[in-house]
Amino acid sequence: MADLKITNLHKHYGGVQAVRGIDLEVASGEFTVLVGPSGCGKSTLLRTIAGLETPDGGTLEIAGKVVNYVRPRDRDIAMVFQNYALYPYMNVFENIAFGLRARKTPQAEVETRVKRAAGMLGITQLLDRLPRQLSGGQRQRVAIGRAIVRNARLFLFDEPLSNLDAQLRDEMRSEIKRLHQELGTTMIYVTHDQIEAMTLADRIVLLRDGRIEQVGTPLDLYERPATRFVAGFLGSPQMNFIPAQLAQSGGGWAVKVGDGTSLALPARARDGLSDGRAIVLGLRPQHLTRANGSSRPGHQRLGVTVELVQPTGSRAYITFPLGGVPTVAELESHDVQRPGEQIDVDVDMNRAVLIDPETNRVI
Amino acid sequence: MTPHAPFLRRPGTQLTLRYIVAIALTLFFIFPVYWLFIISFKTPDEIFAFPPVWYPESIQFANYRVLFKDGDAETVWNSLILAGVSTVIAMVLGTICAYSLVRFKTGGENLAVWIISQRMMPPIAIAFPIFLLYVFFGWVDSFHGLIILYTAFSLPYVIWMMRGYIEDLPLELEESALVDGCTRWEVLWKVVFPMVRSGLFATAVFTFVFAWNDFLFALVLTRTEVITYTVQVTHYFGGQSNFWAKIAAMSVLGTIPVFFTVATLQRYLVRGISMGAVKG
Repeated sequence: MADLKITNLHKHYGGVQAVRGIDLEVASGEFTVLVGPSGCGKSTLLRTIAGLETPDGGTLEIAGKVVNYVRPRDRDIAMVFQNYALYPYMNVFENIAFGLRARKTPQAEVETRVKRAAGMLGITQLLDRLPRQLSGGQRQRVAIGRAIVRNARLFLFDEPLSNLDAQLRDEMRSEIKRLHQELGTTMIYVTHDQIEAMTLADRIVLLRDGRIEQVGTPLDLYERPATRFVAGFLGSPQMNFIPAQLAQSGGGWAVKVGDGTSLALPARARDGLSDGRAIVLGLRPQHLTRANGSSRPGHQRLGVTVELVQPTGSRAYITFPLGGVPTVAELESHDVQRPGEQIDVDVDMNRAVLIDPETNRVI
Repeated sequence: MTPHAPFLRRPGTQLTLRYIVAIALTLFFIFPVYWLFIISFKTPDEIFAFPPVWYPESIQFANYRVLFKDGDAETVWNSLILAGVSTVIAMVLGTICAYSLVRFKTGGENLAVWIISQRMMPPIAIAFPIFLLYVFFGWVDSFHGLIILYTAFSLPYVIWMMRGYIEDLPLELEESALVDGCTRWEVLWKVVFPMVRSGLFATAVFTFVFAWNDFLFALVLTRTEVITYTVQVTHYFGGQSNFWAKIAAMSVLGTIPVFFTVATLQRYLVRGISMGAVKG
C-alpha cells in the first residue's frame, strides 16, 4: 500500500502558484527525493505533506486517510529541518526526547528510545550537552535523532545537509542512506543538490515551476530523460546541448551540426524523424572520450581542437567547439596536456539524446 | 631616548581624567539617593540642622517604626499587589496577542501600530472619563479596578515589545514542535516562552515599574482602601510643614522592591534589551 498519495495538489501564495497539480504516490519503505532548482515548489510540497501548509486544491492521503486538514501532530510524521531546529535551552537528551514527551511517553520508555537513537547516530556521549556546544554535523545528527526516535510512519527531510561543509555533507549523506537501510521507513527528502538526489533516492521526483517534470529511478532519469530540463539538471558537468539538423544518410539517419560535422545515429526506433528537421543534440561529457584503437558500433570519431583544460585530479574537463557551441568532454587527465592540442574524441552516439527544440521534449 | 607624548595625551593621564569625570558624574547622580536614605535614618533635629549633617551619628529606625505602627507601610504592599498582578496578567495576555499578531498576521499590517499608538495618549486626557466609568461600575478604590487599568495601560507596550522578540524567533523551531506533537498552545508554552525569556523579563520589569510609579490614576481612583505608596507620600506634604522623615522613609520603602527586582533580573534585562535591537 502506498504510504503517501497525492492527487492534483495545488498551493499558491498570493498570486504565486507554488505547486500546480502534482500527482504522486510513495510506496511504503521507499526513499523518494524531491529535487529541482530553487522556487520549483519542492519545499512547499514537503511542507504541505507535513501539514505546515494547507493545500488549496487536490487531496493528500497518508496511509489511505485523507489528511488535508489534519493537524501536523496527528499525521504520524517526523521532519528534519535545514537549520536543525534544536531548542537551545534544552540539552541533547531533552531535544531528542521532545517529541516523545509531547506525546506523554512514559519516562522509562523515553530513556530507552533516546539512548537507542543516540547510539544509532553515535552521539551517546553528547546527551548532556547544549546545542550551542555542538558542531554543525553533531547538531544535524541530533536533529535526525529527534526524528527517528518517534518511529513515525513518514520521515520528511527539508534540505538537511545544505548548511554543512562539503566533507560533512558526504559523511551525513552516507549516514542517512545507512539509516534508511536499517529502519526501512518511508522517507521523503528535499534537496536542490543533484548528487544527493542521485545517491540517496530509490526514486527521484524532479520538479520545475510547481509541476513534476519526471519521476523515476536515478538511472532512469539520467539515462532516459524525458525533457531537456531533466537532461540538463542531472549530471555534472552539465550535458552539452548542440543545435543540429536531422539528415538521411545511406540507410539510416545522421545528425548534422552547424559546422557541417555529421554524426551517424545508431539504428533505433524513434518516432517523428524527418529529413531536415531541426533538433538539439544532447551529449553528456562522460560519453565523449579520447578515441583509441578501433571504434565500436554506434561510436564516432571526431577530430577537435582543445580550447580549455580543467584538471580535477583523476579526470580533466576539456572544452572544444562543436557546431559553434563550446562543448565539454570528461577525459582521463593524462589524455590531454594543454590547450591548442589536436585530439580525436570518441562520441558515443548510442547514448546521445535528441531534443525537439520547440517542445523541449526528448524524441 | 623615546620622545614623551604631551602630558594630556599620555595613557596614564587619559585614564586618570576619565576616572575623575566618571567619579564626579557618579557622585552627582548618587548623592540625592544617598541623601534620601540618610534622611530616613535621621532624627528631626539632624534633618533641620545647619550646617547639614552629612552622615548621622547613629542609625535610628524610628521613622520606619512610625510608618509600620500607623499602617502607612501597608501602602507599599498595596502597590506591590497592584503592580505585580497587573504585570503578570499583561505579560501573559500581551505575549499571546503578540504571538497571534506575528504568526497569524492577526489584524493585518496595521493593528500592531494601532495598538502601540494607544500608549502615546496622555493618561490625563482619559483620567476623567475613566473616573466616571469606574464610579458607574463601582470599581473606585478597589484592587481589581486598578489592576484592570494598569493591565490595560501596559498591554500595548507588552504587545509591541513581545512582537519584536517573537518576530526574531526562527519559525522552524515552532514548526518542528508542531510536527513532533505539540498543539499551538503547547508550542507557545514549551517553545516560545522559553525562547523569549530574556525579552519577557526585560519587558516585565518596565511594565512593573510603570505600574509601580503610577501616581495619577492611583490618586484619582483611590480613597481609603487601596492607597498606593506614591499617593501616601503626598499625604506627608502639609500646608504648614512637611514631614521629611516620613517622606524619606516611605520613599526608601518604595524604592526597595524595584531595586531588588532590577538587581535580580539585570542579567536578563541587558540581554533582553539588546536582543530585540540586534538582528542576527
